[in-house]
Amino acid sequence: MRVADNLNSALHELLEHDPDVYLLGEDIADPYGGAFKITKGLSTRFPGRVLSTPISEGGIAGVAGGLALTGDKAIVEIMFGDFVALAFDQIVNFASKSVAMYGKSLPLRMVVRCPTGGGRGYGPTHSQSPHKHFIGIPGLSLYEVSPFHDNRAVLREMFARQEPCILFEDKVLYTRHMYDAGELFKWDVDRDVARVYLDDPAAADCVIIAPGGMAHRAMAAMRGLLLEHEVNCLLLVPSRIHPFDLDPVIPHVARAGAAVVCEDGPGGAGWGAEVAHRLHTALWGRLARPVGTVHARDCIIPAAPHLEKEILVQESTIRQTVLEVLGG
Amino acid sequence: MGDVLTEEAGPGGLAQLGGLSRLADDDLRTMLLIRHFELKLLDLFDRGELSGTTHTCLGQEYVPVALAPLLAPLDHVFSNHRGHGHYIARHHDPHGLLAEIMGREGAICAGVGGSQHIHRDRYLSTGVQGESVPVAAGVALHLKNREVGSLACVYIGDGTFGEGAVYEALNMAVLWRLPLLVVVENNGIAQSTPTGSQMSGTVRGRAEAFGAGHTRLTSLDVNELRTGLRPVVDLVRHEHRPQVVEFVTHRVGPHSKGDDTRPAQVLREARSNDWYDLYAAAHPEHFSSLDAAQRELIADIAEEVAARPLSTWEPPCV
Ligand SMILES: Cc1ncc(C[n+]2csc(CCOP(=O)(O)OP(=O)(O)O)c2C)c(N)n1
Repeated sequence: MRVADNLNSALHELLEHDPDVYLLGEDIADPYGGAFKITKGLSTRFPGRVLSTPISEGGIAGVAGGLALTGDKAIVEIMFGDFVALAFDQIVNFASKSVAMYGKSLPLRMVVRCPTGGGRGYGPTHSQSPHKHFIGIPGLSLYEVSPFHDNRAVLREMFARQEPCILFEDKVLYTRHMYDAGELFKWDVDRDVARVYLDDPAAADCVIIAPGGMAHRAMAAMRGLLLEHEVNCLLLVPSRIHPFDLDPVIPHVARAGAAVVCEDGPGGAGWGAEVAHRLHTALWGRLARPVGTVHARDCIIPAAPHLEKEILVQESTIRQTVLEVLGG
Repeated sequence: MGDVLTEEAGPGGLAQLGGLSRLADDDLRTMLLIRHFELKLLDLFDRGELSGTTHTCLGQEYVPVALAPLLAPLDHVFSNHRGHGHYIARHHDPHGLLAEIMGREGAICAGVGGSQHIHRDRYLSTGVQGESVPVAAGVALHLKNREVGSLACVYIGDGTFGEGAVYEALNMAVLWRLPLLVVVENNGIAQSTPTGSQMSGTVRGRAEAFGAGHTRLTSLDVNELRTGLRPVVDLVRHEHRPQVVEFVTHRVGPHSKGDDTRPAQVLREARSNDWYDLYAAAHPEHFSSLDAAQRELIADIAEEVAARPLSTWEPPCV
């Protein structure tokens, strides 16, 4: 099953089993079914609750907040993650703050889905990974779709948090298969974190921490490192990237003494820096080298494939960084 | 164009002829309660007993009082920065509101929200202009599907028509036939900026562009206003036709505290439209029989609330 199909069936299931769930977004209705076809079939089955909206990202995020305020559960699809900038006020100033600013906890079940990332040649305004702009906002949880996490469970968990959540969906994942770590590697899930490894997660020379959208690039790097450099890596893929529960991660990094954190956006003041800092704090003295960070170059994302490739993280970037961290 | 501008431009003008009709005791009491609440806040500020900021609704107290009986307990009300009158007209709880503003025990929101961020039952205010209009539309969507006969009412000022959120919400509300009532308190000014300097065209033109109904009310007479409002509220409630009701009103006090830079003539005009003085002149006995009592009531409340222990709150930090 492709990741897109998993997401689509997760949405079908959710709307089917819970009459309080709404889905709002631009061009999400049938027969079009959304820019990335994630919402196919939904408006036909649930006409009053799956609403194709005007081009009003801020407005629909606000409508979702209003639905959530009444106890409903609302999902918003932002057509391209870049446009979530237009919903920033509703997400940050209304939904996230309202969870706490009225003196008692106000449950708001609301998920903003954002297709993110490049690799498709859409150019600077349709390729961004806007994660860093939403990191560290009280009352807001960030998730990323991964090929190892069932989106049914992920959506359920987000609603159970009773606070607004953003679900980043790396566009390159949509056509990938779920639950496929390739022939070389095994995978399992420990708490929130999917682990991809050769035979034994405790035998890794280096731990790679990457959100779902980078999993395939990370696995390709692991394969090359193993076959060409005899370096054994463990890949950890969290579902919730912020706040990020490091508990399942710490023992692995402590054992290996080396770690690399990957993200798709430009580096600095972002997720990678945050995770690296927390690892340094937790494991000071036990790391052979500073935690390595892999990120896009600090630049807008060009459209032409050859230019885009120069900016975005490639398998080779990850491989190189692992070797550097291991002192090679 | 000139015609439209003169007809619709800001409130201004002189006091209405014809005087105000006699109010029910309860209405007058609520209006006076709000008036003295607001005056007390300015007084407490002057004496350094309040922190932060506050926006009083002096001169506009009659707006939420006119609307109050037309709104049902299951309706949702969204308020803005200038919301003390909206809250008191809805919940008759000056104690809780003052405790909220002073950070004392018994505060509506534990003192976390303060003057501009109040949530109680189906009443919610927030301090970002325009933000609550789409939220109210979302609530109206829920009501349309699940609680037919209830509506969402959202208060905004004329200055808030500068925010795109207002138009996105109006568009969806009319498109989806949501029970949304937008109450515009057009007091002719936004902080320091006269309406004529920040709004091209009119509120009516904007409402009608989206197919929303528009009603412009210039009266200060609560009885008369209610008569005009009733069918409009019914349209929202029973026919799910979004309406914009524009009260042409008068900000008699400062934007927040001591920050009124309006020219003397403009201030005079605003004051000449103060329902408080006009009602006192029209019904001196009725007025004076209640005014002093409400002033004292607020003085007692302020003393009592100020003596309470500070509010406590457990921050939900991870
Ligand atoms: C998004 C946003 N921008 C600016 C402000 C600061 N501000 C608070 S009240 C106000 C004026 C609002 O004017 P209007 O809507 O006419 O309401 P009034 O104050 O006259 O009641 C401004 C600019 C704000 N609270 N929110």
